[in-house]
Formats: sequence, structure tokens, C-alpha cells
Amino acid sequence: MRAQDQPGRWERYFWPVLATALFLAFWYCAVVWSGTKIFPSPREVVRGLAELIHEGVLYHDIIDSLRRVAIGYFAAVALGIPLGLLFGWYSAVNQVVNPVVQILRPISPIAWIPVAIILFGVGDYAAIFLVFLGAFFPIVVTCVDSVANVPLIYRRAGSNFGLTPPQLLSRVVFPAALPQILVGLRIALGIGWLVVVAGEMIAVSSGLGFLIIDSRNSGKRYDLVVGAMLLIGVIGLMLDLLFRRIETMKPVRWGFRHES
Amino acid sequence: MKLRVRLRPILFILVLLAAWQVAVLLHPRQLLPGPWKTGHGIAELVEHGLIVKYTVASLFRVTWGFFLAVIIAIPLGLAIGWYRRAEMALNPILQLIRPISPLAWIPIAILWFGVGDSAAVFLIFVGCFLPLLLAVINAVQGVPAVYINAGRNFGLGPIALMRRILYPAIVPRLMTGLRITLGVAWLVVVAAEMIAVSSGLGFLIVDARNAGNRYDLVLAGMVVIGFVGLLLDTGVRSLEQARALRWGYVEKD
Amino acid sequence: MPSNTIIETEPATVSLLTKLRTENVSMIFSRDGKSMSVLENINLEVGDGEFVCLLGPSGCGKSTLLSAIAGFLKPTGGEIRIDGEAVRDPDPRRIFVFQERGVFPWLTVEGNIGFGLGRLSRAERAQRINHYIRMVGLEGFEKSYPHELSGGMKQRVEVARALAVNPDVLFLDEPFGALDSITRMVMRSELLRIWQAERKTILFVTHDIDEAVQLADRVVVMSARPGRIQQIVKIDIAHPRDISSPRYLELRDGILSQIGLAHNV
Repeated sequence: MRAQDQPGRWERYFWPVLATALFLAFWYCAVVWSGTKIFPSPREVVRGLAELIHEGVLYHDIIDSLRRVAIGYFAAVALGIPLGLLFGWYSAVNQVVNPVVQILRPISPIAWIPVAIILFGVGDYAAIFLVFLGAFFPIVVTCVDSVANVPLIYRRAGSNFGLTPPQLLSRVVFPAALPQILVGLRIALGIGWLVVVAGEMIAVSSGLGFLIIDSRNSGKRYDLVVGAMLLIGVIGLMLDLLFRRIETMKPVRWGFRHES
Repeated sequence: MKLRVRLRPILFILVLLAAWQVAVLLHPRQLLPGPWKTGHGIAELVEHGLIVKYTVASLFRVTWGFFLAVIIAIPLGLAIGWYRRAEMALNPILQLIRPISPLAWIPIAILWFGVGDSAAVFLIFVGCFLPLLLAVINAVQGVPAVYINAGRNFGLGPIALMRRILYPAIVPRLMTGLRITLGVAWLVVVAAEMIAVSSGLGFLIVDARNAGNRYDLVLAGMVVIGFVGLLLDTGVRSLEQARALRWGYVEKD
Repeated sequence: MPSNTIIETEPATVSLLTKLRTENVSMIFSRDGKSMSVLENINLEVGDGEFVCLLGPSGCGKSTLLSAIAGFLKPTGGEIRIDGEAVRDPDPRRIFVFQERGVFPWLTVEGNIGFGLGRLSRAERAQRINHYIRMVGLEGFEKSYPHELSGGMKQRVEVARALAVNPDVLFLDEPFGALDSITRMVMRSELLRIWQAERKTILFVTHDIDEAVQLADRVVVMSARPGRIQQIVKIDIAHPRDISSPRYLELRDGILSQIGLAHNV
């Protein structure tokens, strides 16, 4: 119940289109009026990207970035979920391990770069390692929290029906915790995407992050810089939306509030 | 018994440190130092007064960037969260910018601000602003209609509603958002310093490596970063526990 | 049911000054293309200082009607007038006490009760807050936060907050629904005590027949899907009402039959 009346359905498309159009217009005008030689206008960005596509370079950069995220992320998931569930379930274990997690967590993956380079050399593996670090801790923390948030009632009902602890974990706790885990996984993927771009700006020589740094360094091609940034935004958004699709699947839908 | 339990995490840490030291001893030729050398590195930094100096530099930038983001994002978020059409209009743009790492803004930051403090503060602002804005919008949309209706019932107009109902109602979730964003700010400052300035903890890491492969100082820097980050986080958490805010954790939908 | 009429339907004109009137009010909700008639043809008059209950099963639209009268919803058809003016928006002269959780959790008891008193001087404000704290029996809890209070106490804070701004009309939407039955009975007598002291016009929504007969001057019995006024029953027993008296039971049983329920469980 709001003070304004319910917006019409057409407004769902009208307002964003209007806002985006205004934003692009503002951008274009700002570039023209300031007479800047370096900062690109929207058209220049599009042309720059088209050029890259034409040269066949863009495709490789995108694939490289995605590949690093995929490997690092799935490694983090494969290791993080079991560990997280374990820590969440056995509070004694959590009590021991948690301080270490809390200390390591605030250290930016970027700060790990020198270590990563020593361990893996400059290149793919360093970037993958960084993605792994970036995604791992949030996943573990989320899993621990999610187990704690499973209502006692469910656990009691489960044991009432004679489930053993491992069965309890897999048949009651895990499904009940799944919505929250999914949210954590989605956020971790977002972090992974952020980290890979940042890592590529420093530790490797391909990928979208590298494209940004390289475009600037070799020729102040800010049209490519902005173009790459927009691409990063678009791909990141698509990854996020994909994940949200998973959240609408029947087995977990109950855990999410829907907007009609 | 209680003491034994509380000692366990410390034991665990000691075990990890020992394992690390052993790993280093087994590979004498590589460059990573063990915990012993790292400890020495920390001591050295303390001796030269660098820890305090660099930590303050980093915190200074964080404060500026974070503060700017906060004073703009909160009122803006309240307004956007309140006016549905504004949220409809801006949401696609916001969602598009969200996945772009603050570091990707570095070339633009340098273009607009040159190399130096302002660029770093700008990067921190960029890193903090959007997550905070989205958190505020989200929190506003989660305010139960009961409170808003009660406010309207008492004759409050939109601005009074935002000030006296929306803002207090979102404070618990806002605190969580602020804590997370502060964490992001801390991550960004370290990264930004590795690239754009010549002081601060991030710079320390890069400089120690470039000027002589002093990996003991690199790791020492990392430890300090982790520690300060943890302190910041704990600090905000204790604020969240203030009695006046505790209602946010007791009331569950 | 005895042959002589026990239930008296409401005469066409109200002898008291009319405070509130709804004319042919209807409400249609549409969701995903389907439209649902929630209220149909609601004609109601409430006199100044009257205590009227809207009674009916879930889904009869009584809460919707109350929200519309209070100005939170716009009726699809018909008109609502209070003091002769058409109702468009919520107004501090007519305060709504919500089903639950209307109390602001970030303010203390004092802060909540004083919420609408911004225009008064500090001294006046403090005095009024004090008065209403005492009226609802929450002395000693001035500085407590809602989450530190029980459900019944929270409801009292909300009532005090509503009364503190001295409204003409009070709307209560199943305010005691979340409370246990013992607390509910206590709260009912508290509400009556306050009403008799301040003589506000009260419109009270409930699904509890006993509650309606215990509290109201008139009970508006509503039927569900779509919501319509089935019957308006005048409760002509003086307060305090003896809930074992024959007249009380007569009226109550009459309403039970109206709703279509037997009185043997």
C-alpha cells in the first residue's frame, strides 16, 4: 500500500527506456560540450567494440575471462559447500576454524596477487587461484550460516521420524538450507566475476580486465576501455540473471519471496 | 574445560602455522617466507613506524570514499526505494553497473583525477556507492506496509515519512549493509593503492616486492591488512549490538 | 428460534448525529486479469460516539471495508463520508489500530505514544504521554522497547499512541487477534473503559462473535464472497454486560444462527 497508485504494466518498460535514453543523451552531450579528445561518446564505444569483434579478438578475451571464473568458481563451490556444511553442522569444528576464516576473509584477493604469482607464476592459474579465493570464503560462511538458520523444528521432526545424523543432514538440513546457500552462491559468483577482472588487470595478459588496462596503456583507447567495462557489466548481469532463474525452480522456490 | 575449548582455535592456528613453516623449509629455493620470517617482517615494519603510517594512510582514504558514498547513497536510496517509478527507471542501469569491478574504473579514475589520493578515494567511492544504494533500496522495499500506513495515518508527507519511518525502519539492515560495504571499501583501497598511489598498505605490498623481493614484508603487509579489516568489521558489529538497534534482530517476519 | 423477533434490525434513521456514512460502497480487486468482488453494496451509518463492530468470517471483506473507510484504499464504487466530507486519504483525526505489529520497533514506549504529538510543547507532550501511559496501564515501561514487551503490552502501546492524538474516530482491525484469550478479555474491558471515558466513535473489526456482542452498540454482520451486510443487530444491554445473562445469550445465539452456525459443538 503506497501513497502513489499502482503503476501500469506499460510503465515497466517505459521508465527504464526513458531513463536509459536520457542517460545516453546526457553522456553524449557531456562529451560534446566538454570537447574532450579522450573520453568516448556512446557511438565511439560501439564502434570500438565492433572493431574488436571484427578483428576476432573480443571473443577470445570474453572466453578467457569466463573460463577462469568457471574453473575458480567451481573449485570454490566443490570445496566450499562440503566444508561449509561440515563446519555448520559440527559446531565444535566451526568454533576452531572460524577465527582463521574471519582473519583471512578481509584480505582482498588482490592482496594475494604477489603470493599467487610466486605460487603459480604469471598467467591463468594465478587468476584462477584469485577467483577461487574470492568465492571460497563467502561460500563457506554462507553455508555455515544457512545450517544454523534451519529451524530446530525441522531437525526435530526429522529425528522424530528416525533419521540418522547423515540422513538428517542430507534429507532435512541441506534442502532446508538450500535457498540461502543459493543466494550465497550467486553472490560468490558475482564476486568471482569482479575478482577475475581485477586479477586480469594485474596478473595476466588476456581477458576483459587485461583489455581495459591494455587499451589504456597502448594508445589511450578509452573507447575500448568503456566498451570493455560495459561488456563486463552485461556479462556479469547475465550470470546473475541466470542464477536467479535457478532460484525459481520448484524445489527451492519456497525459500524466496516472489514479486507478482 | 572451558579454557580447553577456547584454546582449540589457537591450537588450530598454531598447527597451520607449523604446517606452513614446514612447507617453506621443504622448498628452500622458492621465495615465499615462513611464519617466522613474516613475524620478523612485521616487527621490522613496527620498528620503522611504517605500520601505523601506512595503516593511517589507507584508513584515511577509506574514510573519505566511504563517507561520501554513505551521505549520497542513503538519501538517494530512500527516495528511489520509495518512488516505485524511480526504481523501475533506474534499476536496469544500476544492475548493469553493479558487476563492474571498481578496479575496472582505474583508467577512468586516472583520466579524471590523475594518479594520487583523489583517484584512490574515487575508486573507493565507486566500490561503495552502488552496493550501498542497492542495499538501501532493498531495505526500503522491505519495510512492512503497516509502518508506512501508520505514518500516513498520522498525517506525514513523503519527506517526513522517509525521515521518521523509512529511515529508522531500515537501520538494522542498513548497519549490515554498511558493515559489508566497509569491508568492500577496505578491499578496494588495498587494490587501488597497489596501482595508483605511493603510500598505504596496498602500496607497501607492491613496493616491498618491486624494490627487492622482500616477500617477508609482503606477507607482513597481508597480515596487517587482514587484521585491520577484521577490526573494522568487529567494530561495526558491536555498533549493531547497541540496545537501540537490537529490535532489528529480535523481530522476525 | 422463538417466534417473537429477538434480533432488531437497524431502523432507517439513526437517532444520534451521524459521524460516518458509506453509500453503496463496492470494492473489486483484480489480480492477473481475474477480478474478484470483495465488497458489494455496503450501506452503513455510524453515529457519533457509537461503538460498532464489523463481524464476519474470513474473506467477508471486513478488513478491506475498514481500510477503505480509513482512507487507505479507494473503493471501486460508492462513497464514504466522515463528518460530511468525502474520505480520500488517511488522516490523524481517524486513527487506525492495526492487527499487529503496528508499533514502531525503533522507538521506546514513550517515543511511540508521542509519535503524533510533534506540534505540542515539550511539557504538554510529556504530560500527554504520561496520561496515556497511565490510562493503558504501562507505568514503568516508558523507556522500554517494543521487542521487550509482551503482545498485549504492545497492543496497549498502539492504542495509547492512537488516543494520544485525540482522534474523532478509532478504527481497530482485530487488534486482539494475536493475543491469548485471557489477555483478550482483559483488553476488551480496558477498551470499553477507555471508550466510556473518552466517548470516541469506534469501528471495530472482529471474527469473534462473543467479542462483538460484549463490546458493540451495534453489530454489523457480514457475509462472505462477496462481502455484503447481512444484518445489523442492536445490542441493547447496558455496560457492564453480564456475559451469562439471558439477554446476552439471546443476542449471541441469534447472531450465531444468522451466520448459519448451530450452538451445539
